[in-house]
Amino acid sequence: MSTITITDVSKIYSGGVRAVSDISLDIADGEFIVLVGPSGCGKSTLLRMVAGLEEISEGTVSIGGRVVNTLDPADRDIAMVFQNYALYPHMSVRDNLAYGLRNRKTPKAEIAARVAEAARMLELEPYLDRKPRALSGGQRQRVAMGRAIVRKPAAFLFDEPLSNLDARLRVSMRGEIRQLQRRVGTTSLYVTHDQLEAMTLADRLVVLNGGRVEQIGRPLEVYNRPASTFVAGFIGSPAMNLVQARADDGALHLGEERILAELPHRGPVTLGLRAEDLRIVPANAPGAVRFSLTYVEELGAQRLVHGQCNGQPIVAAHPSEQPLPAEAALLADAARLHFFDTQSGRRI
Amino acid sequence: MKRVQFSSRWLPYAFLAPQMAIIFVFFYWPSAQAVQSSLYLEDPFGFGSTFVGLDNYADILSSREYLGIAKFTLVFTVLVTGLSLGLGLLLAVKADAVLRGAHAYKTLLIWVYAVAPPVAGLIGMMFFDQHIGPLVRLAGVFGWDMKVGLDYTDTAVAMITVSVWKQIPYNFIFFLSGLQSLPASVREAAFIDCRSGARRFATVTLPLLAPTAFFLLIMNMTYALFETFGVIDVIVKDKAANNPITLVYKVYMDGFRGNDLGGSSAQSVILMLIVFVLTIFQFRFIERRVHYG
Repeated sequence: MSTITITDVSKIYSGGVRAVSDISLDIADGEFIVLVGPSGCGKSTLLRMVAGLEEISEGTVSIGGRVVNTLDPADRDIAMVFQNYALYPHMSVRDNLAYGLRNRKTPKAEIAARVAEAARMLELEPYLDRKPRALSGGQRQRVAMGRAIVRKPAAFLFDEPLSNLDARLRVSMRGEIRQLQRRVGTTSLYVTHDQLEAMTLADRLVVLNGGRVEQIGRPLEVYNRPASTFVAGFIGSPAMNLVQARADDGALHLGEERILAELPHRGPVTLGLRAEDLRIVPANAPGAVRFSLTYVEELGAQRLVHGQCNGQPIVAAHPSEQPLPAEAALLADAARLHFFDTQSGRRI
Repeated sequence: MKRVQFSSRWLPYAFLAPQMAIIFVFFYWPSAQAVQSSLYLEDPFGFGSTFVGLDNYADILSSREYLGIAKFTLVFTVLVTGLSLGLGLLLAVKADAVLRGAHAYKTLLIWVYAVAPPVAGLIGMMFFDQHIGPLVRLAGVFGWDMKVGLDYTDTAVAMITVSVWKQIPYNFIFFLSGLQSLPASVREAAFIDCRSGARRFATVTLPLLAPTAFFLLIMNMTYALFETFGVIDVIVKDKAANNPITLVYKVYMDGFRGNDLGGSSAQSVILMLIVFVLTIFQFRFIERRVHYG
């Protein structure tokens, strides 16, 4: 079975720069894992080490129970989809799909059958004899996927495959990738900087920052219980509001305001609030914190209200059909508050 | 297609005029002159000329000497083009794969190209000097007594070697920049799709280099046919005798040494036709198979 096990893997470039530090990850057979993080977080480097395009400085990578550290990319039984498609420009779509199989001495009849099957699945049949330059971006992306599918590899590796597409196409291709992966059931490792793509595609997502793992978990788990202020700020749109506060005996102090909250912690604390967990109420509502509005972003179904609480910027979501009170205050459900250590940024 | 509007109809012609004048003076006019004088028998001292029709052509094409030189030119051109392209490509591929000290390696390979052609020709000839030439000595080690300038084959070998040596850096530069402009991800995709480096090279790298190779093929054939004149001149030193020469050198010998202007002109017209046919052939049949990315 094609599991991928990454054990204490590091990438150290000459000059001692650690692009990836001690990452361990167990990927189950058929699982869709998304590596997500800002640019420079090491996610692509990690993927390329699994692919064999970068040397592994420390640790081991095994695919299907076989350590692949010293194997050539072609011997690792993986297929990769690149950001700029990386199609062979001088070959027709058919040859692009068949190339990897021909080099593996697959019988001709089987190549033809697999290419036909992939072309049908990806609706590429009318384009099989075209060259890549005669295709649109979305079609090229499909050919790139087809090239991976025909190989029937142990694992698919995706390196930001959708970032060259326009926004609409990206959403529809995202759906196609997910459905396709479900259908063929191939273990997948997917790299993206787009948190929305990560949330919608992943069985589990791995949030990376500065070459280290911040959190591994199911999308909702990560969304509902971010392990650190970094994850809280990265996953979810708009980003979670992070407010500096101080805690003492059963209350939370936000400047002069006092909020009742049960917290075992004393001293400075970072309070995390999702925009959709905040309710905007008239200023005289009991228990609410004063909120001075600065501007409003209209999104259609709801509006994002930007403002300040005690000089700290906050974004709150508000239904579009409800008018905003002239003097506003914020209310939040105590169960929906997140607390982070101000020093380490870790969740409390 | 971008269209530009000029305020005056004559302005575009004015812009083109200098270039057209140069082409006319240095190409069309001499060509027309060559065609014209190829139909005449010129008095060697310039006292007059007689119209002889196509006699000059008939003489040339029935001359066994001329046909022999044409045959050598063919062999020479094929070998020089093939070897300098092949070696240039080999060096470029190897230099492209070098990780440590790549810069120094590439500079050293390009260096030869920075040497002025006549100087490079002289240096090349020194390799084959009868007394101090290291290559003559090397051949001697294997029991080959090279006599460049005396023996037909030995002279041909020296001529080809020096011509190839001079042309390699040119090809190397183009192939190397061609290789380095190939998209990295396409090469990486090939890494994943194909284990064998040789097969990867043949099926992905080489086809993607085809535009560069096609350009170089034309440049190298032109080089071998015409620009090797200097090398040949240095080697045979005006005394063709039993030495191999190419068609261009024969034009020069007959025209300027033999004072047979009519025959020499007819030869250059024939050369012109050869180049014309070659160019059409290259663009019609070879370029069709070239993929421009």
